[in-house]
Amino acid sequence: MTAAVAEPGPTDAPLLRVRGLDKHFGPVQALYHVDLDLPSGKVTALCGDNGAGKSVLTKCIAGIYQPDHAEFLWEGHPAHIRSARDASRLGIETVYQDLALADNLDIVQNMFLGRERTSRGLLDEDSMERAAGETLASLRVTTVKSIRQPVASLSGGQRQSVAVAKAVMWNSKLVIMDEPTAALGVVQTKMVLDLIRRLRDRGLAVMVISHNLNDVFEVADRIAVMYLGRLVVQGDAATFDRQSVVEYMTTGAAGRPGGPRAKES
Amino acid sequence: MAGALPERAPDLTAAPEAIAAELPPEVVAQSLGEYVRAYTARIRAGESGVLPVIVAMVAIMVVFEAISPNHVFLSPVNLVNLFQQSAVIMVLAMAEGFALVIGEIDLSVGFVGALGAAITVQLVQPLTTNWPWWAAILAGLFACAVFGAIQGTLVTRLRLPSFIVTLAGFLIANGLFLKVLLLGPFSGYPNLAGQSINLQVVYYLMWGSIDPVISWIGAAVVVIGLGLFMWLGDARRRSSGLVAPPVSLTLVKIGLIAVIAIVVVGICNTNRANLGTLEGVPWVIPIVLAVLGAWTVLLQRTTYGRYVYAIGGNPEATRRAGVNLAVVRTVAFTLCSFTAGVGMLLYASLLGGMSNNVQGGQYVLYAVAAAVIGGTSLFGGRGKPLHGILGGLVIGGIYNGMYLQGLSVEWEYIVTGLVLLAAVIIDSVSRRGSSSGSVTRV
Repeated sequence: MTAAVAEPGPTDAPLLRVRGLDKHFGPVQALYHVDLDLPSGKVTALCGDNGAGKSVLTKCIAGIYQPDHAEFLWEGHPAHIRSARDASRLGIETVYQDLALADNLDIVQNMFLGRERTSRGLLDEDSMERAAGETLASLRVTTVKSIRQPVASLSGGQRQSVAVAKAVMWNSKLVIMDEPTAALGVVQTKMVLDLIRRLRDRGLAVMVISHNLNDVFEVADRIAVMYLGRLVVQGDAATFDRQSVVEYMTTGAAGRPGGPRAKES
Repeated sequence: MAGALPERAPDLTAAPEAIAAELPPEVVAQSLGEYVRAYTARIRAGESGVLPVIVAMVAIMVVFEAISPNHVFLSPVNLVNLFQQSAVIMVLAMAEGFALVIGEIDLSVGFVGALGAAITVQLVQPLTTNWPWWAAILAGLFACAVFGAIQGTLVTRLRLPSFIVTLAGFLIANGLFLKVLLLGPFSGYPNLAGQSINLQVVYYLMWGSIDPVISWIGAAVVVIGLGLFMWLGDARRRSSGLVAPPVSLTLVKIGLIAVIAIVVVGICNTNRANLGTLEGVPWVIPIVLAVLGAWTVLLQRTTYGRYVYAIGGNPEATRRAGVNLAVVRTVAFTLCSFTAGVGMLLYASLLGGMSNNVQGGQYVLYAVAAAVIGGTSLFGGRGKPLHGILGGLVIGGIYNGMYLQGLSVEWEYIVTGLVLLAAVIIDSVSRRGSSSGSVTRV
């Protein structure tokens, strides 16, 4: 899989560059010509009001939906994302809001669901448990009492951590998280935000979809705002403030002169 | 090792006691004492595991031994008899387990199994087809598997409710079963009496006994093999720092298996005949154990089994993990009907033939009841083949005890119904208890 990487691509190109993505459902145009960059080692927050198209865009990148037209540049090279399998082959993993964990299975079983290791036809539990333990330890997810406990017995933040660990275990390069803190309390939210920073520090590209501007400003390096199916602005988080993000979210434009213009570069 | 997570302060947002109560005791306990404490905490929290069924079994033994005429309930003759009667329900309950764990139900097990058994009994008849016993058994089981595969395909591809599909299957299999019985010159009652080796093998499935000495040797081999496997597996996990039960617990489990083996073989090896000798372990015990072992390995140790549980727990997550749900579900229905074929083949052997008054409908209810009484959840995602064995013993015990009392069948239905009700209440209460934390499902 990594054979072709040594070839010198455009070095400072973002990990994933989306160009001209259109998507409609029947008569409804859900996304108009979206351009989005997701660089490695950065947390990009995708903001927008309900119905702005955040979820559709996410699902197009994750291979769940087929865009009508789109150009994907992965590490500078053209790539096709036609199915969830294509996306995960590239190294794109998505943590959905519902986390997609089976309550009756334990942490290890959930982390390896669909990609179990076997030896001589039987499940290789020892090897899976070791790998899952290493991944959790490297993410410093240490509050779980045992990695053999069923997911049903975990707190909301722990469940989120397990879902994230599941996503990063597969040498993923881009992790997309849908509303990771929506259902969490204060302590749990802090735990998850720390986890997101740790992913970034590992050099992963992270895209966080969030309504919560506190979280966005706490964790994001870059901010992209959607409004009625268009990506109206994206740029360095430092060039935004709360006020301008809210204006972009609600009107599609910033009222104040001198705010960041739509689309950097 | 990296696998062992450093001990840290527990999660601040949940009470530690609540966490302890929700965890399976074997993953948290470092010693036998801790295990017992964790287990009691779990029972208090409503997660009772196999405890209710053990209590029920002890209660049945005590009560029926006390009231049965001449205290024959616990006599070796009756216990072997009880096991033979229960074996059919046990295997049918293990069959039903496949449907229950994926969150479906199969109402057709009784008559689909009867159809397969009728095919086998017809094929071994020397007067007509005279097939070798193994070919006849394979043909009967194959017919069951095909029936199950068709039902599974209808449920998964056309997205029909399994309740209705298998209800239709119940009626269709009932009709086909009666049609098969009418074939040949047996007036609808083909039996297993006769000198033909093929007839005798099918008859011996239930009534044949293994030589007492070989019984002991076989039991020793099974206990030592299983014990070594458990001991070495746990020791390897302990030494590499993986989650493992304490040494004492492993020893207690192995000891328990050895005691059960000694008691069962001891009972079977006492002479059960009034005249002459009838001793040794009946064939049916290794047959049931083979089904138990095969399905336990399949469900607990293979990728397929993992997907079966995952579908029962969260089908959507399993789909997103790239699992082909339709295939896993269809295979589950196929295995359910196949295993039902084994169960009803034992029934044919118990009866010494097949007749048109097989209570296929009642056996379905017993199968579901036995699985649920044993600890399998009606809501999917939880259940083991062992639960079918335990539940089957409870229902078989009630049936046998009431029969010894000379109580009419009405009472047997009523008591079995009440036990089933109790099992379902325990199931749904423990489910509510376990979802009291962060998890809420509709």
